[in-house]
Amino acid sequence: MHLLSIENLRTRFHTRNGIVRAVDGISFAINPGETLGIVGESGSGKSVAMYSLLGLVPSPPGRIESGRADFEGRDLLACPEKELRAIRGKRITMIFQDPMTALNPYMKVGRQIMEPLLLHEHCGPREAFQRAAQALDAVGIQDAAQRMDRYPHEFSGGMRQRAMIAMALITRPALLIADEPTTALDVTVQAQILALIRQRQEALGMAMILITHNLGVVAGACERILVMYAGRILEAGPARDIFHHPMHPYTSALMRSMPSLQGSGGELFTIPGMPPDLMSPITGCPFAPRCRHAQGICRSAPCNLQEMETGHGTACVRVQMGELDSRTP
Amino acid sequence: MSHALLDIEDLKTHFPVRSGWFFKRQSGVVKAVDGVNLQVNEGEVLGLVGESGCGKSTLARTIVRLVLPTSGQIRFAGLALQDLSRTALRAIRPRIQMVFQDPYASLNPRRTVFDTLAEPMLAHRLVPRNAVAREVGALMEQVGLAKRSMRKYPHEFSGGQRQRIAVARALALQPQLILADEPVSALDVSVQAQILNLLKSLREQRGLTMLLISHDLSIVRHMSHRIAVMYLGRIVEIGPADEVFSRPLHPYTRALVAAAPVPDPDIERARRRIILKGDPPSPLNPPDGCPFHPRCPFATAECAQRVPALEEHRPRQQAACIRLPEIADTPI
Repeated sequence: MHLLSIENLRTRFHTRNGIVRAVDGISFAINPGETLGIVGESGSGKSVAMYSLLGLVPSPPGRIESGRADFEGRDLLACPEKELRAIRGKRITMIFQDPMTALNPYMKVGRQIMEPLLLHEHCGPREAFQRAAQALDAVGIQDAAQRMDRYPHEFSGGMRQRAMIAMALITRPALLIADEPTTALDVTVQAQILALIRQRQEALGMAMILITHNLGVVAGACERILVMYAGRILEAGPARDIFHHPMHPYTSALMRSMPSLQGSGGELFTIPGMPPDLMSPITGCPFAPRCRHAQGICRSAPCNLQEMETGHGTACVRVQMGELDSRTP
Repeated sequence: MSHALLDIEDLKTHFPVRSGWFFKRQSGVVKAVDGVNLQVNEGEVLGLVGESGCGKSTLARTIVRLVLPTSGQIRFAGLALQDLSRTALRAIRPRIQMVFQDPYASLNPRRTVFDTLAEPMLAHRLVPRNAVAREVGALMEQVGLAKRSMRKYPHEFSGGQRQRIAVARALALQPQLILADEPVSALDVSVQAQILNLLKSLREQRGLTMLLISHDLSIVRHMSHRIAVMYLGRIVEIGPADEVFSRPLHPYTRALVAAAPVPDPDIERARRRIILKGDPPSPLNPPDGCPFHPRCPFATAECAQRVPALEEHRPRQQAACIRLPEIADTPI
């Protein structure tokens, strides 16, 4: 039984200059306790897809054109704002990239962590304070009870992100959505925060969707990975398969274009061109104009994810037809 | 050792911090760069890594004199920059050029590519006015841009193309030394590789010397011959790229290498990660002694007492840690 299952989600932005197809028909599911990584470059639609689920897409100009998102017996995309509000921040919570802009600078950190308890669980202030202090302690902030009285600017970047995690986990959600949670942090602090998220996730048994552009981060943290490009899912599968045996030319090109820590010093593999303009409708595979294996069929056949091996699917028509060995980028 | 094109000696760049709204009094000092010794040899790429706030950008800005140093010496091609007259400095400036991180902020939005690239050539009289268009066109082709787009404005280009313009601007004066400050960190992975390849091939063609600043270890590893690791205003380790990555000496370098995520699930799951305690300290209130000692798993009381000097522990590989003789072979 899936915890969350999304079908054919389309989110568009109706701007003065035209319609931006930010998310263009994606379907996926996540099981309880699972960690799913969504990787993609900027503009691939990974964040917009998550914001759509939680009703956080500003409207206008944003509009969810189609889709279902079943979560604990409800369709998130169809349920009224009042019901969504009972889920958001309680059953599904979110950590954002930049803790400085996500926290309210005028509100004491403790108060912000208590807020979900006061709103969703109708706790008394004393109990909420205690639980918030415990939550801060659990994310490794020393002297938690004293720190409750501080403002976000008095915290370092790593501590702010810890406070955000405490806030996101305090209602023991079933699903945590982490949108680039470590991108704004230094490498040594990033390692601390990722370890912390994993440890809390195991302790609470919740599922997580980790959105990032950093392939190294998903490799360590996720069981399953979705690769997004131009608003679509191009490949989905278990982390090991995606990394060792990618089945979409975009995925393999992406992996080969990264310099490795082992270092070779040779010329890096590059993907020519740029991601497509999302204002003009794309027929066929959105990656085709940059793909060195593209043929006529890639520009006409619909781009649909098709399972090739257990749990591992690709949207590449040529791999689907068995014409392309997935390992050649 | 080959000839040092850039020789930095005991360089300090401190910024006074003032507080109070009327009678501003100096209330502290940020020691952004605090006693850096560094040589960059002719033709080499020196990678400079460190976390945000460690002073790596201030170091680059001090070298090009966008910021004036508090003390210390910078010698470029044997000339001490602080002793030069304004005219002599002006003659040196074209030989050191900088590429900045954010190509959205570092290009003037109201000037066409032609204006941006022609200005330095004309200002330094490198090219006669009637040949400028030809030179700009040639330069654009070298960095992989079509010369017919020279009349376009920055907003008409993508991020990767803008960074190509920034690289072209740095090359317009035929510099010897390029300081590249996080040149690809604002770009997407697929575009990063294009710019890194461009920098690499231009460096080889023109025999450039480069100081490459980045927080991304794999990028520095890919591009550099030698690597310097900076922490809180000081160089804590420097050595050949392969050695620094495969056999790091300083405990901070070891933690940094161990913390860098590797895009391979098998390696990631098998490796033992060194997780440092705490955040990097504030440069406004740095710890006494070794700047790393509050987070260091090997720190002893002595580490808090004096600032360790860079010493050679392996051929060409130096580190600043007093405990190294004992801990060199101990895993963290």
